[in-house]
Amino acid sequence: MNRDEIYSILNGVFQDVFDDESIEVNDATTSADIEDWDSLEHINLIVAVEKAFGVKFNVGEIHNMNNVGDMVNLIIAKKG
Amino acid sequence: MKELEYPFDADYINSKRKAIKRQLLETGKNYIDVKIAILGGSTTSNIKNVLELFLLNYGIKPSFYESEYNMYYEDIMFDNEELKEFAPELIYIHTSNRNIIDWPVMTDSAEQVDAKLKNVYSRFGGLWEKAAQVYHCPIIQNNFELPYYRLMGNKDAADIHGRVYFVNELNRMFGEYARNHENFYIHDIQYESALYGLEKWSDPFYWHMYKYAMCVPAIPYTAFGVANIIKSIYGKNKKILALDMDNTLWGGVIGDDGVDNIEIGQETSLSQTYSEFQKYIKDRKQLGVLLSVISKNERDIAIEGLRRPDSVLKEDDFVEICANWDPKDINLKNIASHINLLPESFVFVDDNPAERAIVSGNIPGVAVPEMTEPEHYISTLDRGGYFEVTHFSADDIKRNEMYQANAQRLQAEASFADYGDYLKSLEMKGEITAFKPVYMSRIAQLTNKSNQFNLTTKRYSQTEIEEVAADGQHIAIYGKLEDKFGDNGVVSVVIGKIDGEVLNMELWIMSCRVLKRDMEFAMMDELVRRAKLSGIKTIMGYYYPTAKNAMVKDFYALQGFELVSEDESGNRTWRFDIPEVYENKNKAIDVDNQ
Repeated sequence: MNRDEIYSILNGVFQDVFDDESIEVNDATTSADIEDWDSLEHINLIVAVEKAFGVKFNVGEIHNMNNVGDMVNLIIAKKG
Repeated sequence: MKELEYPFDADYINSKRKAIKRQLLETGKNYIDVKIAILGGSTTSNIKNVLELFLLNYGIKPSFYESEYNMYYEDIMFDNEELKEFAPELIYIHTSNRNIIDWPVMTDSAEQVDAKLKNVYSRFGGLWEKAAQVYHCPIIQNNFELPYYRLMGNKDAADIHGRVYFVNELNRMFGEYARNHENFYIHDIQYESALYGLEKWSDPFYWHMYKYAMCVPAIPYTAFGVANIIKSIYGKNKKILALDMDNTLWGGVIGDDGVDNIEIGQETSLSQTYSEFQKYIKDRKQLGVLLSVISKNERDIAIEGLRRPDSVLKEDDFVEICANWDPKDINLKNIASHINLLPESFVFVDDNPAERAIVSGNIPGVAVPEMTEPEHYISTLDRGGYFEVTHFSADDIKRNEMYQANAQRLQAEASFADYGDYLKSLEMKGEITAFKPVYMSRIAQLTNKSNQFNLTTKRYSQTEIEEVAADGQHIAIYGKLEDKFGDNGVVSVVIGKIDGEVLNMELWIMSCRVLKRDMEFAMMDELVRRAKLSGIKTIMGYYYPTAKNAMVKDFYALQGFELVSEDESGNRTWRFDIPEVYENKNKAIDVDNQ
């Protein structure tokens, strides 16, 4: 799965979780860019991303996740 | 909504929550508004959000107070102002074994372990007492899930220092409190987590990351569990099962295979499977759920299946057996009208997906669980939460008998030319008087269940009913009706608020199963008698239309009231000036008003 393919799925997940079809994310997107993305919604996002890609993140990985690009890197690493 | 019915897709609910909520609100149905305080010992945000979905789906519109993180104890014990102002109508305390701080250690003596148990228990006990005293509302309390590790392994369950032992003891104590207190309900997360799988449920990832004491993907299951308790408290349980026969109650098709060749009894694995299902249905009946049959069959042939000696269910277990070739949705509506229930109070049980589609497509609100393999019929029906038990009264046990007695009355009615003669032949005895403690739970239940014969659709909690009975500002009476065919139990409740010489009617409800029996007149007679004693000159009646109560639109006219006004939404105000000499309207029921 390449970066573009991951982003096309990831955008759908963001749109569902935040119920906003206009959302488009990129490597630099952070929680500051999406209004409803607070710590409580973060968990829903993580769980939905895990489900969509069939991966699991651990505590350390999430701890070091600074933007959407980090998340995509992790997905690529886990999917191989 | 299909997405919120068991077995739901929990992941779908979690990721599409906002869209689902939008769709639910667009249906624009009539909701009961309930103010719910969620007091958490861990993060509760998602629990609140998903609980809202399930409640909306049940016709209950919640507004929430949510405690700050882990402030469940302080909010109650130190009278949080915001909570007091919110004035909850229901409190849900979401705690877990993460909230047990003082676990036993290996060096503790038996007395010390015992003291620790009492310590945890009395902290909660004090909380419940205070909450009940201040808020007078139902309290739902999680019990504890089992610990996710065991220092001693298997011995943890037996040794008094074990955490497994400690949790089991606490759960036993919580259960005992619930048995002895009205309006207090255990939400059994011990069972829920076991069903889900404790390993996944307790995944510490969610605790360390977000301070959720349970795993986030499982939250829809716990929210569903709580929603079922709440909808049951508010009288929104289903009431009756409509069961198919061939390949549902037994294996095979009786019309083709013959009564001797259907699978029921103990001879084969398959017949045992169906027998176990029949036993489950029979046990449900004992909890007050009505049973009926809707089967595509010749009636005479269908009945033979129930007459087999090894059939657990017998003909007289059912309030109606409908075996013919008409569409099943039509048959279901017919049964509903025969016994005066709404079609949406049915659970339709059928192995045939085509029949299920016809029924669910034509009857909004009916529950149609997906019965696929006979060995899973029980779990499918059981997990759906259709008949969640919160109050269990003597009336519940007798309910099937009551409805059967009704069928006998219908037959008797047919044999009389004059309706008055028929009513007299019933030898009816009524008990109409002020609320008695033994009936408080049934009275509250009735105010939440009655939709059709209900003038104001005002709902009361048991606490509110007790207050109305005691405050001296109300005339509040219930009516119980018995006849030669059986006891109908408490069937009518009438509440009016005294304002000087005027009585304003706040509630007038009656169970539809005693329609046209003069009971509504007997209630009126007693209301007038009591009103006169209190110096009341005028009774004001109110009718507020809903989707379901059109049948009582002109009820007050029938009682001799005059229409004062009607607004554009159909709300009507009626007036009755009590005459010097009031002649009783009821002629058929022998009333005891003591």
